[in-house]
Amino acid sequence: MRMATNCCRRRLEVSDNRAVQLLIKLGHQVTSRLWRLGFASRFFLAIFLHSGTSFRRMHLTFREIYFTGVMSLIIILVSGLFVGMVLGLQGYDTLQRYGSAEALGILVALSLVRELGPVVAALLFASRAGSAITAEIGLMKATEQLSAMEMMAVNPIARVVAPRFWGGVISMPLLAALFSAMGVFGGYLVGVVLIGVDSGSFWSQMQATVDFREDVVNGIIKSFVFGVIVSWVAVFEGYDCEPTAEGVSGATTRTVVTSSLAILAADFVLTALMFRGV
Amino acid sequence: MSRSALDLWVGFFVALGLAAILFLALKVGNLSSANAGETYALQAKFDNIGGLKVRSAVKSAGVVVGRVTKIDFDSSAYVAVVSMQMDARYKFPRDTFATINTSGLLGDQFIGFDVGGDTEMLSPGDVIKKTQSAVVLEKLISQFMFNQASDTKDKDKK
Repeated sequence: MRMATNCCRRRLEVSDNRAVQLLIKLGHQVTSRLWRLGFASRFFLAIFLHSGTSFRRMHLTFREIYFTGVMSLIIILVSGLFVGMVLGLQGYDTLQRYGSAEALGILVALSLVRELGPVVAALLFASRAGSAITAEIGLMKATEQLSAMEMMAVNPIARVVAPRFWGGVISMPLLAALFSAMGVFGGYLVGVVLIGVDSGSFWSQMQATVDFREDVVNGIIKSFVFGVIVSWVAVFEGYDCEPTAEGVSGATTRTVVTSSLAILAADFVLTALMFRGV
Repeated sequence: MSRSALDLWVGFFVALGLAAILFLALKVGNLSSANAGETYALQAKFDNIGGLKVRSAVKSAGVVVGRVTKIDFDSSAYVAVVSMQMDARYKFPRDTFATINTSGLLGDQFIGFDVGGDTEMLSPGDVIKKTQSAVVLEKLISQFMFNQASDTKDKDKK
């Protein structure tokens, strides 16, 4: 508290100098960002320390898997199917120019399993489930339910935050796998059933090229990392939001923006680590 | 704690997700065809491996019988040393001829085994003596063009 008043007094003293004021503003921005980052990291650790409850009382986590995972099934399955069908159409259009339309299976499967499956599923997951988690926790904070829990000696991180975090982390790889599988099926529908690429070469070329450890497992690892990122951002934004209606809406927006950017950045890093020169 | 409809849905979701992973592993990926079974190592030295890569196939009569596991450069003889893991079910004679082939005109490169007539078989860790390097398409084309150019020059002289 004292630091804040000091800061205000000092700002009054130098308020005549524009440049200095700008510098103060910038410094304040940087410090508050760093502050948030530090708090977010400590929060991440706290989730791990208090996640015993979410596994001892599995029904808490199951409830979250239901709300984040099961309720996202429809959007994931339908968009996976359409992404796969578009890949089939576009891929065929390009590949048939080089007389290698049979490689359509490779194109569809590799791009889904390596990239589109984990990334698009994570983006959808962030906007479908991440925003809901933030809004829920934020509203709990705004209506002082979290404080009430603390009053009753119930740790809100163990009771509210950790189950939602683990629910998201568990759901994400499964959703990404479903997205990829659905996409491959969509590519098959368009490529083989609609256009008439040979079914045998579609599957056999795919199986000959897609490696289980290199491609499928790396895709699952990616989606797991994205699950941690989205869930972490969502529960943190909810927990840290200003307890007002405006604050909750701002936090929900920030969840979608921050987690989408973090997913894409992490995807670049992971891809650079996994698929270097293979 | 009692069972609820929610548990059923979560179970359904997890089962569906695991089925998707299984589908990716078996139908999309090559887990079913990748032999986790017994293998043995072979080596071969090539003057030029072209575009051969680690994990490229080793084929005999068109059947995949092994995979390339390592590619090194021997700085004493200036040749490429290719290590392969072969399926233990298949044995090859000592005078097997290893060539680097291309599937299609511009496809992936793989090692082809042309089997000889020796009665003794290659044992694990052996080095294949008879090899043929990759055909470098650019070299062939440039040779062809130079020949054409010199032909037309001769004709002009006559």
